[in-house]
Amino acid sequence: MVKHRHLGKIRGFSLQFLPFNEIRSLNSSERIKKILDIILGNNILIIQGRLLPEEETRLIEDTMAMIKHVKSFRGIELAVISGDNKTNILQKARQNIANAISGADLGALTIIGPATVVKEIKKNPRKIELLLNK
Amino acid sequence: MVIKIFKNFFKKIFNSLFRGKRHIKLGFYGPPNSGKTSLANRICKDFTGEEMGSVSKIPHETRNVQFKEKVDITYKEKTLTFKMVDTPGIATKIDYEDFLKFKMKKKEAKERAREATQGVIESIKWLDDMDVVVVVLDASENPYNQVNITIIGNLVARDIPVLIVANKIDLRKANIKKIEAAFPEYEVVGISAKFGKNMEEFYESIFKLAKQV
Repeated sequence: MVKHRHLGKIRGFSLQFLPFNEIRSLNSSERIKKILDIILGNNILIIQGRLLPEEETRLIEDTMAMIKHVKSFRGIELAVISGDNKTNILQKARQNIANAISGADLGALTIIGPATVVKEIKKNPRKIELLLNK
Repeated sequence: MVIKIFKNFFKKIFNSLFRGKRHIKLGFYGPPNSGKTSLANRICKDFTGEEMGSVSKIPHETRNVQFKEKVDITYKEKTLTFKMVDTPGIATKIDYEDFLKFKMKKKEAKERAREATQGVIESIKWLDDMDVVVVVLDASENPYNQVNITIIGNLVARDIPVLIVANKIDLRKANIKKIEAAFPEYEVVGISAKFGKNMEEFYESIFKLAKQV
């Protein structure tokens, strides 16, 4: 039986969804800028797909630079949920072809929130928990 | 893709031609407080008698990339020379208020946070320069942290050989199996840098890793 936790009151927060189509034509710099603009608006962002590894590090670098320049910005919380549990080579190859055609891993979701709103994103293979700051 | 194959091919030829003349750049990467400097210190102490950097319970103690130019590591009568590069911990957020919990003054905490943000940027910039990388994780923490995945993803994208170290196995909460399950495609070595536990297995893995350069 599922254990129900006490549902306390939480303050409102804004959740924004970004379909991959909206960033498909953007280069890496433009993608990162768009993401950080949304985050700086105090929104939790859910992106369809995932960033490239180089884009993820670029996002971290730009986030660090922002912390130095934007008062009260403390950084981001970031997590990727992916259905990437293909076990055999054929499944992996099929997935890679699908990703190459669509231009991204559309089976994944990226969650990014400002650290002042999202305290922690706890992730394990079976669930993901967003812990909000009070 | 073709360019990448050619690049790797020429890199391997270049490396094999000059293997005897240069040192292998060994980077230590990971999240803050996972024990990167403790491990680098342990290696340096074992083979040079000197430590490399200071360690602390307060996160972001290492805020600049630190080097040890010539460290000869000997394992089973074979010796390899490394240039060791200890990097600041990579994080997605840095809040000076977290440092206040360690009884730090506000001004000092803000300065530490400012230096820490710069350290993260510096760590990422150095990724391209590494020959092999040891990703140091705290075995008592949840390994499914996106920072760990991002670091490893970037090393794979750059074709840099990776060894994952599950540090702090002396702690009761430590769970190497969890790290192995999170990164099944990589070799994971459990150690305690603080107490020098299982270092022989670590050195063996480092030698295996160096062969891939």
